[in-house]
Amino acid sequence: MTRFVLHRIGFYVLVAVLLAFFAVPLLWLASAPFTSDPTYQVRMPDFTADNFRALFDNPYALGSLWNSVLLAAGTAVLVVAFATLAAYALSRVRLPGRDALLYTLLLLSSIITGTAAMVPLFQLAVELQLIDSQLGLILILTGGLLPAAIFMMKDFMDSTPKSYEESARVFGATPLQIVRHVVVPLVRPGLATIGVWAVANVWGNFLMPYLLLSDVEKQPGAVIMYTLYTEGGQANLQLLATFGLLYSVPVVLMYLFVSKKYGFRFHGGIKR
Amino acid sequence: MAQATLPPEVLDDAKARRYNADAAGLGRLRAGAFVAPALVLISLFLVFPALWVLYLSLSNYRLTGAAAAAPQSVGFDNFVKALTDPEFWSSTWLTFEFVLGSAVIGQVVLGFLIAWIMRDRTGPIKRIVEGLVILAWILPSAVVSFLWVALLDRDGGTLNTLLHAQDFAPLLDHPMLSIIVFNIWRGAAFSMMLYGAALGNVPPSHLESARLAGASGWQQLRDVVFPHIRGHVLTNLLLISLWTFNDFTPFLLTAGGPDGKTEVLSVHVYQVALQGGELGYGAAVSTVILLINLVVAVFYLRLLRSKK
Amino acid sequence: MSAIELRGLTKVYPGGVKALDSLDLTIPDGEFFALLGPSGCGKTTLLRTIAGLETATGGAVVIGGRDVTGVQPGGRDIAMVFQDYALFPHMDVTDNIAYPLRIKKVARSTREQKAAEVGARLGLDKLMDRRPGQLSGGQQQRVALARVMATQAQAFLFDEPLSNLDARLRLEARTFLKKLQHELGVTTVFVTHDQAEALAMADRMAVMESGHIRQIGTPAEVFQRPANTFVAGFIGSTPMNLLDGVVRGDTVEVADCKLAVPQSAEGLLRDGEKIVYGVRPEYNGYSAEPVDGSLVGKVSIVENLGASYLVTLDVNGVPVQAVVPEGHEPALGDEGYALPRRDRALIYRDGELVSA
Repeated sequence: MTRFVLHRIGFYVLVAVLLAFFAVPLLWLASAPFTSDPTYQVRMPDFTADNFRALFDNPYALGSLWNSVLLAAGTAVLVVAFATLAAYALSRVRLPGRDALLYTLLLLSSIITGTAAMVPLFQLAVELQLIDSQLGLILILTGGLLPAAIFMMKDFMDSTPKSYEESARVFGATPLQIVRHVVVPLVRPGLATIGVWAVANVWGNFLMPYLLLSDVEKQPGAVIMYTLYTEGGQANLQLLATFGLLYSVPVVLMYLFVSKKYGFRFHGGIKR
Repeated sequence: MAQATLPPEVLDDAKARRYNADAAGLGRLRAGAFVAPALVLISLFLVFPALWVLYLSLSNYRLTGAAAAAPQSVGFDNFVKALTDPEFWSSTWLTFEFVLGSAVIGQVVLGFLIAWIMRDRTGPIKRIVEGLVILAWILPSAVVSFLWVALLDRDGGTLNTLLHAQDFAPLLDHPMLSIIVFNIWRGAAFSMMLYGAALGNVPPSHLESARLAGASGWQQLRDVVFPHIRGHVLTNLLLISLWTFNDFTPFLLTAGGPDGKTEVLSVHVYQVALQGGELGYGAAVSTVILLINLVVAVFYLRLLRSKK
Repeated sequence: MSAIELRGLTKVYPGGVKALDSLDLTIPDGEFFALLGPSGCGKTTLLRTIAGLETATGGAVVIGGRDVTGVQPGGRDIAMVFQDYALFPHMDVTDNIAYPLRIKKVARSTREQKAAEVGARLGLDKLMDRRPGQLSGGQQQRVALARVMATQAQAFLFDEPLSNLDARLRLEARTFLKKLQHELGVTTVFVTHDQAEALAMADRMAVMESGHIRQIGTPAEVFQRPANTFVAGFIGSTPMNLLDGVVRGDTVEVADCKLAVPQSAEGLLRDGEKIVYGVRPEYNGYSAEPVDGSLVGKVSIVENLGASYLVTLDVNGVPVQAVVPEGHEPALGDEGYALPRRDRALIYRDGELVSA
């Protein structure tokens, strides 16, 4: 009996420690945006909306969020479109060297990380005059995400029965009609998953835009956030608090959306 | 009626279908066209940079100056320079500490601990704990880095307030420990979810029969649970080591400082190549990173294959 | 008009596996034709080759007088029901039925009207707005049939049309399918591994084994006069008795019993040759009293078949089965006499039926 009680006490102590460890760093983000005159210290918020004014006063804050949206949406669209086409062909047609190609893709996506490739990517961007080009950044990010996306998409395709396509084919549908009428609607959950995954990746990505976008007006939220707390002088905590919150909310919403709608499918590469 | 003259070769209908997988009648030409756009982008922005980094590492390329206009091949000088450079070795050692401390020990142990104590639970406690752990994982790195800067601040940081300490500046006094603890906090979610899924696959009947035989909690863990999740542990170790090794987030917390005490390889490359302008030397270090990645990734893919 | 003709059809898979070995087959217009065989015999490959989903390596497929061997599936003017029905889960019943018309660029209003018409004919009128996921197995099957009917193709192909239904529904669907095919009069080929299904539904059938057709005929022909021991063993809910024997003058000696030579083999046997004597349990008369020219043995097993019993006699170590009407079943260990019907018993020489 005492053993049981000790067990229970031990469990709750452990849970309390874990909760403290994970919650304490987050408290500031929850309280400071609504506290007047925020400091580094966490205080009970008095629910002021003043801090949000700092956000609107800053010339780059809202613009950077829009840049984040552009980069994330642009990359997601390209990744979903190209990965779907490629994954479909790879799933259904025995292209010569297909297995080797898939293996290489998987290998590449795991070894060529931003860290390993930042030097050549920077140089490539300089040579191709893609520095300060959002489109250039989108293409670079797309190239980096595509291998893993193709892999996940192919998983979806492989688990879709072929009889749907064969059936449409017997009725005389052309390959492109089959893709449009049958395949795309069937793998829609897969498209959504890849899309959300790509958006989440780009939204949080700091290194690539930091390297390749030097124009403040083009930089996304991640870079502006970093600039806000590292640039010289006293950091503007009002701005940091509200901006950090606003920049974080979409990620949380997306996570809730995905886990509600599809359940959290456990994919090794869902986040890097 | 036709008579079977040869011994019948049994052909499964499912096997037959595998031969003709082209259900939509796409044909190789169209299939090639479908794959092409992805391959072009991947070649241009993933494969080419990886090859280019090899070329750069053999040149004296600089961002500015004479060597920028007319780079020359310098053979393996950059590698020799790196391998004899104490800064490179100190950076490698720091990276090792970072990966071992935060990923291999920290995230694995903490992730497993949470998955283990929550395995049979449902309800609010589980949801809150898991929610917070996952929140730490999904928030943008720029935001959580700042949150930790605020937490660990010397003057008004929340940690000092909680400890009733004055002038305790973890980021200055114990910078490596700080980023290790930060990264444990940041990445425990992945291990937690992986082990959660793995523990869910341990057949309850095995645990029950161990319990009937009188096995203690520890014995159950060792004799029943671990054999079932061994593959997951290995997968988890390889993946999080790879990710942590390539993580650039320490830069957001300490930018490698103070005095290079947290300059892990990813940050080192950035400082040398893009701040210092020595692209050739930076490329040599990048090549080393690529090679290490390759070794880990090949191990990982081997593991995946053997599972199938 | 829309007969299906296969000439020397051959399908060899990469790796040298021969799925179809030079098949010749003609299915006349309007016939309900079954392809029957154990799994792996090539029947599905044959159906898919007719559909064009597999390309023949040799020979020709002719549908309605037109050689379609090299034609894409969509250009063959056929329609197919797949084993899993392949109803598009993202379309409702109307859109599913109308899909072939959509491909043919029929105007939306026309095709919806047509879908409603066909749907109503198959009793789907209340389900037209549902998605396939909201339908029972039987309803899904009828949607798949409606979709095929909407095409007005020259020929229909069904791949194991009943295998996805549960046992009770299968009997109903069998009757329904046969009636529907009869009313439509469209040449229809279906694949099945269930001999009862083929016997019940088909006008004619082909029994296949490892890429070859072993017999073609009406269900009655195939049941009563299997062309070889393979077909004899495959057809029938209770397998045929196939007993080793030797010809002795005008009798056949089986398990030390002397039986009369069956009518079909009269005058075709040589004295002293080894043959196989075949008789279905249903054609094996049972008697508790001694009868001349019968198989004599002890009753070793009695199985209830419902309205009748399957009795197994141990005839000098050889098991022989006979079907006995209810009320006449013997007890275990009784002495019993099985008298094969002379007009139904068959003789096989080297596995092939001996007949004039």
